[in-house]
Amino acid sequence: MSFRRLAETERRAITFEVDGHAVAALEGDTYLTAIRIAGLALRRSEFGDGPRAGFCLMGACQDCWIWTQAGERLRACSTTAEAGTRLLTEPDAGMWPCPIS
Amino acid sequence: MSEKADVLIIGGGLMGAASAFFLRQRGLSVLLVEHDRIGQQASGVNFGNVRRHGRPAEQMELSNRAHEIWTKLPALVGEDCEFLRTGHLRVGYHEADEEALADYASSVRDFGLGLEILGRKALNERFSQVSEKVKVASFSPYCAHANPRITAPAFGRAAARLGAKIFEQTICESFGRAGADFEIHTRDGRRFQAATLLLTCGAWTGAMAAQFGETVPLAVRGPQMGVTEPMPYALKPVIGVFTEKLEQMIYLRQIKRGNVVFGGGGRGPASTATRRASVDPTITLNQFRQLRELVPALGRLRLIRVWSGVESYLPDDRPVMGESAAVPGLFYAFGFCGHGFQLGPGVGATMAELIATGRTSIPIAPYTIGRFGSGQGTERSSSRRLH
Amino acid sequence: MPDIVIIGAGPAGIRAAETLAEQRLPVTLVDEGERGGGQIYRRQPAGFRRSYASLYGSEAGKAKALHDTFDRLKARIDYRPNTLAWNIADNVLHTVTGAVARRLRFDAAILATGATDRLIPVDGWTTPGVYSLGAAQIALKAQACAIGGAVVFMGTGPLLYLVACQYVKAGARVAAVLDTSPLSARHQALPRLLTSRPGLALRGLRLILQLRSAGIPVETGITPLAIANDGANVTGLRYRSSSGEIEELACDAVGLGYHLRPETQLADLAGCALSFDETSRLWLPKTDPDGRASVAGLYLAGDGARIAGADAAEISGRLAAYAVLADLGHGVPESKRRALHRAARRLERFRLALAQAFPWPHWLAGEIADEVLVCRCEKISAGELRHAATTLGAAELNRAKAFSRVGMGRCQGRYCGTIAAEIVAATCGRPVDGVGRLRGQAPVKPLPLATTAEEAA
Repeated sequence: MSFRRLAETERRAITFEVDGHAVAALEGDTYLTAIRIAGLALRRSEFGDGPRAGFCLMGACQDCWIWTQAGERLRACSTTAEAGTRLLTEPDAGMWPCPIS
Repeated sequence: MSEKADVLIIGGGLMGAASAFFLRQRGLSVLLVEHDRIGQQASGVNFGNVRRHGRPAEQMELSNRAHEIWTKLPALVGEDCEFLRTGHLRVGYHEADEEALADYASSVRDFGLGLEILGRKALNERFSQVSEKVKVASFSPYCAHANPRITAPAFGRAAARLGAKIFEQTICESFGRAGADFEIHTRDGRRFQAATLLLTCGAWTGAMAAQFGETVPLAVRGPQMGVTEPMPYALKPVIGVFTEKLEQMIYLRQIKRGNVVFGGGGRGPASTATRRASVDPTITLNQFRQLRELVPALGRLRLIRVWSGVESYLPDDRPVMGESAAVPGLFYAFGFCGHGFQLGPGVGATMAELIATGRTSIPIAPYTIGRFGSGQGTERSSSRRLH
Repeated sequence: MPDIVIIGAGPAGIRAAETLAEQRLPVTLVDEGERGGGQIYRRQPAGFRRSYASLYGSEAGKAKALHDTFDRLKARIDYRPNTLAWNIADNVLHTVTGAVARRLRFDAAILATGATDRLIPVDGWTTPGVYSLGAAQIALKAQACAIGGAVVFMGTGPLLYLVACQYVKAGARVAAVLDTSPLSARHQALPRLLTSRPGLALRGLRLILQLRSAGIPVETGITPLAIANDGANVTGLRYRSSSGEIEELACDAVGLGYHLRPETQLADLAGCALSFDETSRLWLPKTDPDGRASVAGLYLAGDGARIAGADAAEISGRLAAYAVLADLGHGVPESKRRALHRAARRLERFRLALAQAFPWPHWLAGEIADEVLVCRCEKISAGELRHAATTLGAAELNRAKAFSRVGMGRCQGRYCGTIAAEIVAATCGRPVDGVGRLRGQAPVKPLPLATTAEEAA
């Protein structure tokens, strides 16, 4: 667990998915908040130096992009979580041509 | 302070840096004077296409000379400059483009490009990333791309290792004569002399040539470049659109780190006085539309940076290369009209050969500066079809 | 009617918009946020119930006043939330909302673009669980969360103590507050702090006392060494104390920050001249005392011009609006303007004293190990940057960027640019203003390739 809730815990509970795993959230959470409360990362660095989970929380550092199953991307620090959304930490096969090994 | 050598080069872009390198290989002493830093302008900001595909047959021997050098960069200059042989795909949106692509292929068939004309079925099998709207393509398997930001500086450092004396941030104020030699005076009071003067100052060469009585109708513009965030490396060939419509012209390449570099769709304002060029936001938005048309998956990406730089263009879309028509001992290589990057190492080798031996086997007659004086050879070639 | 556009709906932008709207001038207010208020008075999401007092402490009254002004103002101006100003040139602001691009022609533009955290890399700083100080505060204000279960705040500046105290008050566990500034600097600056803004200076001292009385270790003059981690989580933090001892602390999150840096990209893209500010060692847009930039029709206000805090931002927002009014031929209340100038000068004295009390620790540039990542976006290490600066001869920052890729990533050098300049300067033995600054390049933030121009949409 990373983020800790300190107040405002009376909000309605919702869930969404990250890489197929259910993530619990409260209405009004950003995706980043809920994902960090679950202790997960948002993506992996493109250059192989490990997981990333955002940094500035104000839309400036560009560290918290996460894919939707529809092939769009969200800035997780500034997007309010919606019930039932399916997120992916890496693009899937339909979104981008098959990488050259 | 006064410096003297066999050859004085003014302008440290790729042409000047490569010339310095090959002149040193031939044993001539070299001074290279650069206003700013090596490879800052057209040489450093271009798309990075190492492409023979699409060049006219008249340029193919020069291009092939460059092609040979590009593959040997690690041995020659000590690094590969991110040279990546991916092939180059020229695509057409109309069935009718097949004839023009095939005509082009036959015009350069003796030069070893290995072109293949691909129909819709072959595109589906081999280049499924390109849109269904592409009807036909010409594929050039040996074309490549490289990193322009690091290439001219690599030639500059290699030339310096071979003994060329390089003077960056040295501003040439005036030309004079010291006996039979050319002499330049710099803003900070230094003098440089040589019996041979090579001007490789890109867009700035026009004003210098005028001082020697040779006027060229040089236009100054900036390429409109952009780069996306990184994605897994999946788009192998460089892709360019073959079209008559400027707004449809787009070209792109993915680097191994994953970013997609693109350009095209017109050129922006540039100034030799301010040394700056700008990117027109309207062109950027049109590029987005063209990129989505060409490779739909690009619509999921984000642009992270745009840039431009000062390039120079001539009305017949040919560079100026060779000896002055007016002043013995004066040589030029400039005005590469937005497609000099691939040629650069070949231009350096050819200018070095020409200066050292008085002749070259590469046919550069069409590029003489004298053509503007006599009005010969100024017909327009199909510049819009390049890339 | 003239076209006036304001970029940024924080304290500066809101006060500028209010001042212009009072004169019945049409104003377009462009803001990246979903709700106005900016960062320091950031509003919590709809449905959250904490009071102004619990959210903003001693500044609750100011926050509420600003929000109330904004709520009244919204209907009277052309307010465009969720809108990024991605480029500016030739009196046109280029915006994008969702994936729709628009061109806004303007006669006058007030850039109130705010600030972001100023960072110094430390081994392990890309590990999940490490956030900027500003982020730690946003997690609390906007999400009622702490960034971890045992948080270390490390860096320097007033925000370090403010955020730590806000965490303690909200019930979070703060493992330590580690300040790189030596205690002696604070002692030397204290008289100037007290004479320029006695109330605020005393509140600052009280914050430190509150931390101490809560039993939280507060250290000064430290040198950061590493954020320990297991690859996915923060496990601790290593630093050198002022007496030279290597210390280790257990923690699961770190809030990092060394003051703030102004968001000057738009000013830079618009062609405004910047000059080097010796006090902060930052390049700041040149302005006259009213906020006029070097380019006609452009004005700067708030932390985007210079980091002076929210009170100063409200003042400079009003002053910039007065400057616009004057330049458009409208009358300006001279007595009010003079009073604002007097207040601004006092706040400027406080800014200079704060910089003395909590100096930007540029000396750490030499301490960053070669393997530490400087550029988070592109994964470029301090060693790679030093190689570019020395072996490749790039003793200028844009040249070092071209060769090493430092600052070439998605964030456009926001988080590595100022320290990269210090590293290049230290490596080459040059003064930091001699290595230049990263030139602004559009887009200000990543722009979706799905974006279409409004006409075409």
